[in-house]
Amino acid sequence: MSLTTPSTVRELPPTTWGRVRQSRRVADKSMRIITASFTVIAISVLFWILGMLIVKGIGGLSVATFTQITPGPGSEGGGLANAIAGSVILTFLGIVVATPIGVLAGTYLAEYGKGSKLADLIRFINDILLSAPSILIGLFVYVILVEPLGGYSGWAGGVALGIIAIPVIVRTTEDMLRLVPGPLREAGAALGAPPSVVITSITWKAAKAGMVTGILLALARIAGETAPLIFTALNNNFWFSADLMGGVSNLPVTIYMFASAPYENWQQLAWAGSLIITMSILLLSIIARRIVRGSK
Amino acid sequence: MTAVTDPMSIPAARPQRKTPKGTFDLIFRNASFASALFVLILLAGIMLSMIIGGWPAFKAFGLGFITGSQWDTQADVYGAWPAIAGTLTTAFIALLIGVPLSLGIAVYLTQLAPPWFKQPVSTAIELLAAVPSIIYGMWGLFVFVPLFAAYVQVPLSNIVEGMPIVGTILYSRSPSGLGILTAGIILAFMIIPFIASIVRDMLDQIPSVLRESAYGIGATTWEVVRHVLVPQAGVSIIGAIMLGLGRALGETMAVTFVVGNANRLSGSIMDPGSTIASRIANEFNEALGLQMNALIGLGCILFFVTFVVLVIARILVARVKTF
Repeated sequence: MSLTTPSTVRELPPTTWGRVRQSRRVADKSMRIITASFTVIAISVLFWILGMLIVKGIGGLSVATFTQITPGPGSEGGGLANAIAGSVILTFLGIVVATPIGVLAGTYLAEYGKGSKLADLIRFINDILLSAPSILIGLFVYVILVEPLGGYSGWAGGVALGIIAIPVIVRTTEDMLRLVPGPLREAGAALGAPPSVVITSITWKAAKAGMVTGILLALARIAGETAPLIFTALNNNFWFSADLMGGVSNLPVTIYMFASAPYENWQQLAWAGSLIITMSILLLSIIARRIVRGSK
Repeated sequence: MTAVTDPMSIPAARPQRKTPKGTFDLIFRNASFASALFVLILLAGIMLSMIIGGWPAFKAFGLGFITGSQWDTQADVYGAWPAIAGTLTTAFIALLIGVPLSLGIAVYLTQLAPPWFKQPVSTAIELLAAVPSIIYGMWGLFVFVPLFAAYVQVPLSNIVEGMPIVGTILYSRSPSGLGILTAGIILAFMIIPFIASIVRDMLDQIPSVLRESAYGIGATTWEVVRHVLVPQAGVSIIGAIMLGLGRALGETMAVTFVVGNANRLSGSIMDPGSTIASRIANEFNEALGLQMNALIGLGCILFFVTFVVLVIARILVARVKTF
């Protein structure tokens, strides 16, 4: 114990000395308790939300949920089949839009643009877009696509989701490519391969797991996005038309509309939809994390 | 003899090998450059579309669009102040609650948690960030709001009724559970995982020599955190808090569910209000003409506020992983 006391303190009267040590120990102890309980609070909220979703949502899960389309106001029963299908299509469309742009942009930042001022600026702007409110992306797509084309459409929804996914993919691609050791590239270049071949068949291959993780994270991010879809794909209660030119039914907007509706079967479906969407997203995030940890 | 030293024989063979791959090289390089430029164009596009879309509203009301507190679709008069005030108040409440909790969690995870406990807890907190905002909204509306009304608003209103200042801020005229404070609390839980994981990464990056030398002169864990880690990571902690603020300002769905969506200004944080994002989400699909321009104008204000906050935040935290 004497080791933990600085030598100058020894000149204080023994009583004060004890009190100083006591107060330090009390401060330390109470901070340990406070920070631990803060952590417990945060985790409790997670389990509270998940628990509530399971309790309220599981009753709404049935075969009909996946085979029947969303019911109209006041009608009995119904399911979420069209909303689930629409969500899958919009999310897929978003990822298809975002992946090539995101991967190529990330490749430019990591491989070609090293040290250039322009690349620094793009990297910075990408980080800003990464945390920009998604409602603004929705408004942007409304102004450039929905208004000129004269109506809400599945295409606009897909584009909005794609724009949200791009910065996530750019960021992870760049980070993962940076982890690839330089000598690998040099070895490729020494064999006479031009930069594009070195990147596509050596660097990309080495960083593949990380890049897939980025795409999965982007998928998880856009699967639950609601705000941008309200202004773009909106919703409908029917099977979507194949050309995606009209509004497309999707889970998040359906949940938003059904949750506060006065019909009991609508509310039940909103809970079931929430359970489906949250579990899919948590699963995606956990898989993505696994891949990252496995590759390191 | 001359054939061996003659350099002319070598260049003749070279171009043949280079050309076929050269075109792909050029295309690939340009495609990746164009994609990177696309990111810049996106931001510029968002900025321009907000300004152009909102312009008629700014022109019609001038500065009154920002300071006016009347939002009347019948009279076609739009003032953004209640929504701006609601946005700032909810975000402020979210920080007030969220920041101490996040910092506590980060300290616990980096300094105090037993190693076997650290990984699962970190994952759980990060999963809290992956939960979609509409789920927070539903949880807020159906679980949190009734509890909050019954156990906080009603008893608190009874206590503070008639008191000066506190009686205005905390008194709820109709204790429905919906309101500015509720939205702030839900937002706090949404920003906690972000701030906590950034600060945790920052604390992890501090060289352990600093920590060890402080322990060496007899500091307690709390003293090490307080006098060594916090000053070391101070700037990036502020950056992390501002990233959380940027999130709280623009959050839409969760707030729309619980804020109450009232258009008037109230002195009490227990009363329903609205934020810029909730106002846009609520009215957009029924909006026509000038009202549509006013809503996009609100989006424009939100864009510039969050843009400034995020730029400062990103400068302070440089590069940390947030997805």
